[in-house]
Amino acid sequence: MSDLENFREQTRAWLEANAPRSLFGQAGSELEGTWGGRKATYADPDAKVWLDRAAARGFTAPTWPKEYGGGGLSGAEAKILAGLLRELKLPPPLIGFGLTMIGPTLLRFGNEEQKKLHLPRICRGEIRWCQGYSEPGAGSDLASLQTKAVRDGDHFIVNGTKVWTSYADQADWIFALVRTNPAAKKQEGITFLLIDMDTPGVSVSPILLISGKSPFCETHFQDVRVPVANVIHQIDAGWTVAKALLGHERTMIADAFGAAGPRPDKKGGRSYLAELAATKLGERAGRIADPVFRDEVAAFEMESRAFAYTVQRTKDAARAGHQPGSESSMFKVYGTELNQRRYELIVRLLGPDALGWEGPGFEDDDLESTREWLRSRGNTIEGGTSEIQLNILAKHVLGLPA
Amino acid sequence: MQLVLTEDQELIAATARDFVSTNSPVARFRALRDAGDPLGYSPKLLREMAELGWLGIAFDEKEGGAGLGLAELILIVEALGRRLAPEPIVGALAMGGFALAEGGSAAQRAAWLPGILAGEKVVALAHQEPGARYDLFSIETRAEAKGAGHSLSGRKSQVLDAVGADALIVPARTAGAAGDRDGITLFLVDARAPGVTIERQIRVDHRNAALVRLDGVACDAASVVGGMGEGGALLEREIDRATVVLAAEMLGGMSEVFDLTLSYLKTREQFGVPIGSFQALQHRAANVYMEIELARSSVMAAARALDAGEGDGAKLVSLAKARCSDAYVLAANEAVQIYGGVGMTDEYDVGFYMKRARAAELTFGDAAFHRQRWATLAGY
Repeated sequence: MSDLENFREQTRAWLEANAPRSLFGQAGSELEGTWGGRKATYADPDAKVWLDRAAARGFTAPTWPKEYGGGGLSGAEAKILAGLLRELKLPPPLIGFGLTMIGPTLLRFGNEEQKKLHLPRICRGEIRWCQGYSEPGAGSDLASLQTKAVRDGDHFIVNGTKVWTSYADQADWIFALVRTNPAAKKQEGITFLLIDMDTPGVSVSPILLISGKSPFCETHFQDVRVPVANVIHQIDAGWTVAKALLGHERTMIADAFGAAGPRPDKKGGRSYLAELAATKLGERAGRIADPVFRDEVAAFEMESRAFAYTVQRTKDAARAGHQPGSESSMFKVYGTELNQRRYELIVRLLGPDALGWEGPGFEDDDLESTREWLRSRGNTIEGGTSEIQLNILAKHVLGLPA
Repeated sequence: MQLVLTEDQELIAATARDFVSTNSPVARFRALRDAGDPLGYSPKLLREMAELGWLGIAFDEKEGGAGLGLAELILIVEALGRRLAPEPIVGALAMGGFALAEGGSAAQRAAWLPGILAGEKVVALAHQEPGARYDLFSIETRAEAKGAGHSLSGRKSQVLDAVGADALIVPARTAGAAGDRDGITLFLVDARAPGVTIERQIRVDHRNAALVRLDGVACDAASVVGGMGEGGALLEREIDRATVVLAAEMLGGMSEVFDLTLSYLKTREQFGVPIGSFQALQHRAANVYMEIELARSSVMAAARALDAGEGDGAKLVSLAKARCSDAYVLAANEAVQIYGGVGMTDEYDVGFYMKRARAAELTFGDAAFHRQRWATLAGY
């Protein structure tokens, strides 16, 4: 038996002995996943047991070095572990921006003390992180950010406001971009700083969207004292760190829309949209009675399928050893626009039933579709607008002049 | 299904690109058009393609082919489409050749396939009738029983690659009425048989196409391709395969016209800067790029599904043709717009692509037709 087969068998045995029975078969259900953190509450105590046991085994961050709380697994081993979790339908023991965003950044840019302090606490799910990048005055032009950090001995004094800080109201620490040198060129005076949200002067207010409640917050900093030791990489060199992290974020979003977004319609059987259209508009001789909507449903299904094949083609090419390029920008643009079209179409198929906001007289599913329609309008804005992605495609993929 | 080229496929694609760049610049197509060449293509170049093994690539080894599939043939056709090579691949090889290979009797296959694969013989499929649009079963050409055989009478229009063809496969009605799937029989007819007239039609894309008149053409029992009255299903399968081949040609054409557009964007200067630095044009170019990427994935998927005989092959043919129709027309229209005034002149090549995009779009069904077909196949 090869080493990898050994690893598979051992890991399977360990999972079967250690993952709580109630969680098998749960992945992909409504279960949100465990975010951890100081403020975490566990509606299902088994989720906490699963987190603790997986963390002790290094399985919350399988590829991170063991000395920082990771599993020290090779890429091939981590793939086997992920495959087993899928096969057993076990939810991931821990999710969140610690694992996906700040952790990898610390591994690349952090000093030894920072890694030793923060990474094990991320792996154990003790600290929940949020991201402080955008500001009310700095959206697509992120480098124009104005949150100030002024040196005072071995501290910075931070003043300003961050916006779109997802889950800031539940986070323990924030990684933020702050301006440390107002005289320098805008990209060169920015520092990447870690801030404990419990520090006096930090306050959080949730943002109400056009679709209602959201995880987004505004995070305010008023004379917040942050140790200089919390700077990642160098003072005034935060843009380098930020760019590395942004690339990461875009891939994550592209992945979400490419893989989990518009799925190819099921073999045999009608798609959700086709069935909805047939139900709402009636059928004539097995066809959706309204030919215009029938055409729209087909157009949407076909473009979704072509998009799914394109995502698959990129993945197949990557597996065959081809370098992935800036295609993630295409997936971001196309995937988000398809998702918007999907909800626009659903709402128009629902007709007046789509007009419910809350309360009696409306179906829960329809109320949810209406909120999803409104929420989807943000897809082409968040994580780099479609226009920014088209700029990236034009310059980096097509080589058009600046 | 793997949507990535194998090393062998990469090699086929690279060889095809090299051959086409060397032997078939767009200037060759322009010269054929300017000369009013009756065939509109070069029989010599067709034979050279045969020598490279291209014509037989998707035919069985027992027919003298390479035993590969559409996944390989589309790589060659894409390269040809890049330079508007007008050789009779879609109309003859993919329509007539495939139909004979699948539906032909042993005697028919032995008589014709070696010549077709050698580039010496051309057999066209004369299915299109005036006014039928994309309905394959809208066939009024009659085959009346006469003695041991049949007598064919009717009219076909825009029959692809029929000028200079050695034989025609003619779908005709042995029963039923126009629109019926049943009752259609395919006959293999010698192009020089009494009662056959083939008249060149000049289309906007200047490809080989003809008006075919059949006036009491005598056919014996040995000339039937496939089963009596069962030609409808065969026709449908063969047109699906030919549609994927045409989609691959379109993929080549849209890729080339987009490359031309990109180089123009980088070199043409106005207001003292390259016009490709303008964001309005950058975003148009990025949109075309995305549509071409989706078209490419669709063509690859359709070819692989047909090769594997997968159940939703017909749906994927419609997907490929719909995506290619929209993307080629978009890429060509944007090319002319971005080239500006010179894009409207006959001297520049981009106009050729616009004309070919339209002709290919309106062959075997446009995007609207294939959306309807998709919906029907998807059960709604």
